[in-house]
Amino acid sequence: MTNTRTKQVHLAAHFPGVNNTTVWSDPAAGSHIEFSSFEHFARTAERARFDFLFLAEGLRLREQGGEIYDLDVVGRPDTFTVLAALSGVTTHLGLAGTINSTFNEPYEVARQFASLDHLSGGRAAWNVVTSWDAFTGENFRRGGFLAEDDRYRRAEQFLRTAWELFDSWRGDEILADKETGEFLAGPRPGAFAHKDDHFDISGQFNVPRSPQGRPVIFQAGDSNEGREFAAATADAIFSRHGTLEAGQAFYADVKGRLARYGRTPDSLKVLPAATFVLGDTDADAREQAAVVRRQQVSGQTAIKLLEQVWNRDLSAYDPDGPLPEEDPLLGEHTVAKGRASVRMTRDPLATARKWRELATEKNLSIRELMIEVSSRQTFVGTPSTVAEQINDLVQRDASDGFILVPHITPGGLDVFADTVVPLLQERGVFRTEYEGTTLREHLGI
Amino acid sequence: MTLHLAVALDGAGWHPAAWREPDARPTELLTARYWTDLVREAQHGLLDLVTFEDSFGLPTRLDATLIAAAVAPRTSGIGLVPTVITTHTEPFHISKAIATLDYASTGRAGVRVRVDPHHTEHIGRRAPLDQNDLLDEAADYVEVVRRLWDSWEDDAEIRDTATGRFVDRDKLHYVDFAGRWFNVKGPSITPRPPQGQPLVFALAHAAPVYRFAERAADVVLVTPRDADDAAAITAQITGVPHVFGELTVFLDGADRLARLNDRAELTTDTAVFTGSATELADLLLAWQQHGLTGFRLRPGTLPHDLTAITRGLVPELQQRGVFRRSYEDGTLRDRLGLPRPGNRYAATQGAR
Repeated sequence: MTNTRTKQVHLAAHFPGVNNTTVWSDPAAGSHIEFSSFEHFARTAERARFDFLFLAEGLRLREQGGEIYDLDVVGRPDTFTVLAALSGVTTHLGLAGTINSTFNEPYEVARQFASLDHLSGGRAAWNVVTSWDAFTGENFRRGGFLAEDDRYRRAEQFLRTAWELFDSWRGDEILADKETGEFLAGPRPGAFAHKDDHFDISGQFNVPRSPQGRPVIFQAGDSNEGREFAAATADAIFSRHGTLEAGQAFYADVKGRLARYGRTPDSLKVLPAATFVLGDTDADAREQAAVVRRQQVSGQTAIKLLEQVWNRDLSAYDPDGPLPEEDPLLGEHTVAKGRASVRMTRDPLATARKWRELATEKNLSIRELMIEVSSRQTFVGTPSTVAEQINDLVQRDASDGFILVPHITPGGLDVFADTVVPLLQERGVFRTEYEGTTLREHLGI
Repeated sequence: MTLHLAVALDGAGWHPAAWREPDARPTELLTARYWTDLVREAQHGLLDLVTFEDSFGLPTRLDATLIAAAVAPRTSGIGLVPTVITTHTEPFHISKAIATLDYASTGRAGVRVRVDPHHTEHIGRRAPLDQNDLLDEAADYVEVVRRLWDSWEDDAEIRDTATGRFVDRDKLHYVDFAGRWFNVKGPSITPRPPQGQPLVFALAHAAPVYRFAERAADVVLVTPRDADDAAAITAQITGVPHVFGELTVFLDGADRLARLNDRAELTTDTAVFTGSATELADLLLAWQQHGLTGFRLRPGTLPHDLTAITRGLVPELQQRGVFRRSYEDGTLRDRLGLPRPGNRYAATQGAR
């Protein structure tokens, strides 16, 4: 296919989550649970012609040191239910939810996504994640423990099982012929039978084919297995690589894996998460960004973040003082629970060594160090600067667009919608009106 | 004495040939517009609530909780009560789903719980259970759902900038349910919903289910054959705030029912009413004398029988002074005269 049009930017909005990126202490911060906050956020994203809204999920309240973690936002709604409700106040915006493949069964999840896709007229998307922790499993009848090596296998089999259910209806079975009395064509529409290591199910699926056929599939894995899984199954990747070099490397890597599955590079969108701070001048934005980082990392939060790497109680330390002399505790991570990020620190000793060097070199306290290493915003500048950065990264194949994570609920997206989006539209790289009605059409997949 | 009135929405109506009626919209059953139109009509008639049926098997349908959620921001006043299948689902998921529906509808949510002896092969997790086990599990299920709704105290979110704490963790509670069918730790990930405890409904035809409803439900739906049977049934049920009678209705429809039955025979667990709105009003008020506090009417065909209820029956009841003339502010609980309950955990120690 020849396409001379400039590569288009895709934009999505991540409802602020239950981590320290979200600044609940700001006077502008509203409710994280009232529906009006979700409605405001969704309406802003749709007004700005974003591709979709994204919700994360965690199925147990986080704990640290044996207590429920109370420094960040706590609590969130049910993903499917709030997305279905949002379908009632929007008309085009994609509705993407993170749904776990460990604490659900394929039949019910397929029913829920097919229902959401029908109710929204083809706007559903599923970020497929797999947990492996017995901690979260304590909330579920099936428990939750899964060997880590087994989790992609479970996720893949779960997804393929759900696909069989979506595909059990062709889409032309509903006749509803009032004269002849034939409602459905065919002997057993929706018939399915699936058996593998994890699932052994059969019967008739009771939701006919939805407008998108299948919801758009998202993956967030970053490991080799995760990338391969995405190349095999996903329509979009929610990545962590928002900078030019890292982004380009990731983009080339995952797009390069597609050919072996018979897929074209366009069929998988790479969408890194991105934070932003806008200002009247670049200097003003930088100043504001520093203020936000201090809001995001209080002294208490700095100690807690450090504990997540040190894997031990550091409450006796002064956040305005130097790093602990003692080393991180190796072995099973027992301090922070219900938090995926703690597993990303594969080598705590090396991290500690690196951080000590950085703290010594720049003469940083614990809090200053944690601000330095944990919360650098992706885009900081005037709307013009940020629009230029976004477009530059997309045109240079560091990404296909961004999933923006504001730090204020629910109004944090408004200024971006009002100031950056028009500049991208002026450049001809972002839609001024929706051209289709389904999320697949918005994403061009 | 006033009465409460609910309508049970399902497909094109409760008659198996309902979809063939001239005003039926059988190709739209999977759209938000169809359900929104029906619920808005029920809202026009100031009904207490609508219920949405659900099943893990055919006929084709959408997830009831998600239909209710999609309709919630497009409606006001009317209660929204989806059905959930306890047998095949997780109480943790359903607790937060109904809590979220309560937030999205600003206090209009309920849930009808239903067991399902079939469709175990759709889940593949275990063999079918017998009736006693299904009910025993459902009772535990509702207990867990209710504990999770209470697992956050109303004032748990403190946003205390002085101490940096978003919540007071002493006001979050592990539910620590351990039972024969599942163990659930808690707390919920969703804060306590606007009504505190959304209303729980159960349909019951026999003594074992009455016992279940007494343990679990705020509203029990029963299926009397006639007024005497209503008296006999209500005498068997104690401690449930509301007992609603179920009735399948074909308004001005004796001929219509005969025509429909030529196409497919109606089989039903309820009494079947055919007649005028005036006659139906007479019947409801007569049955109500025998201990019923309200009714859930099953429209034989949609939209015909729903419209006949909202435009015929309701004005008739209003004239007799037994039905509201506008929605008052407040939650679904308020409408049914059930105060917002205190939190079972409020006086106890926090989650630690």
